[in-house]
Amino acid sequence: MGKTITEKIFDKHKIDDPFPGTAVLSLDVVMCHEITTPIAIADLEWRGKDRVFDASKIKAVIDHVTPSKDSKSAAQAKILRDWARRHGIKDFFDVGSNGVCHAIFPEKGFIRPGYTVIMGDSHTCTHGAFGAFAAGVGTTDLEVGILKGVCAFRPPESIRVDITGALPKGVYAKDVILEVIRRLTVNGATDRVIEFRGETVDAMSMEERMTLCNMAIEAGGTSGLCMPDRVTVDYLWPFISSDYNNNIDAAVKDFAGWRSDADASYAAVLMVDVSKLEPAATVGYKPDQVRPVKELGDVKIDQVYIGSCTNGRISDLRIAASVVKSALTNGKKLAPGVRGIVSPATPAIYRQALEEGLLAIFMDAGYCVANPTCGACLGMSTGVLAEGEICVSTTNRNFNGRMGKGGMVHLASPATAAASGIAGRLVNPREYL
Amino acid sequence: MKTFGGPVLFLDRSDINTDEIIPAKYLTESKKEALKPYLLEDLKLDGFDPAGSWRGHAKVVVTRANFGCGSSREHAPWALEVNDITCVIAESYARIFRQNMFNGGMPAVELSAGQIDEIFSLTNNGDVTCNIDITGKKLTFTSSSGITKRIDFNLSQFDNALVEAGGWVEFADARY
Repeated sequence: MGKTITEKIFDKHKIDDPFPGTAVLSLDVVMCHEITTPIAIADLEWRGKDRVFDASKIKAVIDHVTPSKDSKSAAQAKILRDWARRHGIKDFFDVGSNGVCHAIFPEKGFIRPGYTVIMGDSHTCTHGAFGAFAAGVGTTDLEVGILKGVCAFRPPESIRVDITGALPKGVYAKDVILEVIRRLTVNGATDRVIEFRGETVDAMSMEERMTLCNMAIEAGGTSGLCMPDRVTVDYLWPFISSDYNNNIDAAVKDFAGWRSDADASYAAVLMVDVSKLEPAATVGYKPDQVRPVKELGDVKIDQVYIGSCTNGRISDLRIAASVVKSALTNGKKLAPGVRGIVSPATPAIYRQALEEGLLAIFMDAGYCVANPTCGACLGMSTGVLAEGEICVSTTNRNFNGRMGKGGMVHLASPATAAASGIAGRLVNPREYL
Repeated sequence: MKTFGGPVLFLDRSDINTDEIIPAKYLTESKKEALKPYLLEDLKLDGFDPAGSWRGHAKVVVTRANFGCGSSREHAPWALEVNDITCVIAESYARIFRQNMFNGGMPAVELSAGQIDEIFSLTNNGDVTCNIDITGKKLTFTSSSGITKRIDFNLSQFDNALVEAGGWVEFADARY
């Protein structure tokens, strides 16, 4: 019997199995942000164990509330900043160089196929796009990860999602993952990992694959994974070319060792044909409550948010900007009364969007271009909703109160969000493409 | 080892997420105790009052499936803990929340949907108290009208070791 990629990663990293059904893994990367790390740091100090297992394997960023909005968030940022300096953590990103963790860490080339990765953030599953086992954990797991470089897991079974068909016009990776979550439901992958497979995924860029894997947790999945291939190699090439003596084929062959075997076994297989998929949005307060936009009737909106670890990358901004540009050409801007906020997820994405003229397009249409931050997605800063307000958002959670107490969030693709901003209500993006 | 058991707070809904347990806007707090007033502030549940008489009284939560889904924030179990709620009994949990409970030395007990239904039916007979024998793995529910129900439960060896050790830091630090 062959092995899944997750089984291969567990085999390589297991350092202990203290009890049946429990595997303790060594960690290749431990990632930290200013919301869930400070209490781990304080606890380590309290225990007299203010140490890190390997400063080169720890990556840290201030991203959730940045630049700090008040004294409490400033104090959190300071705790992380002082700790990074104290322990010589070189890969630390502060104001001026910081961005959304699950966008900036891949961009810096920190994740490789076969890696084990944890972070005190549920969307850590994003990094599985590189063929890594990447899991969100709580502060205590993070604390032990920082101190010992290990983390315990129940070895998860795998769900294989076979995605086939060409994406229709106006349908994107975000619509695909919303469809997958709709079918799996919010706990359909709990204690399992999701492998995103099939010709549609093979044809996707790393950014699209990250959008898929990012929302694996919304179906309860421990991680989402894609098979490492030439696309993965090309993305990472600036960081790994010297490791492979500039021989791309050698890298592709090496990465292929992490792919699931053809005869690996799965807890479940889900077939998703995307060729007839419609642009989608969530309704209600659970991310599996997904409907085609065209069936939603007249949903008026107050705000559009384009950004986050799901859809704040350059390809997302290009798509949204193309929709906005087409509207501008027809003399249209953001609909009266609709606020538009775009937050490029990292400084590099921001700069790229600036140089390509995308930010000018957003600004011409009346958007506020915010700095890279997680802020609005979880109602912490930079776009919080008031009671009764409705937002079309490219983020990943539509929970009650998520973007502000009493607010309503409809999750959608950047194209749908941008088109809805122009129309002033939830609309299918096709007429703008 | 912590002690567990006492009056039960019933939350009759599946998929209660960690944003409902403790909203993100309070995550800038650097001390667990500061989370105390905000527990369950955004819970969407008919008839539930975040400031109700359960506050300062309940020691156990009984709820349905997929409790604690969403964010990884350990602030969710901490918000329970600083309100003296140190045990949750549910049909199932989100993985991270469940691990966070045990990592803090607090049991997240899993029972079948049928058993959870039976416990909920006790609420027809007044307030319910749960006695938890963590060593013997027995739950005893008693309603204020005197009806008693006993249920055995299981913990994995690892979960049990974490509860006995007082949490994952203690366990891992002694072993790795």
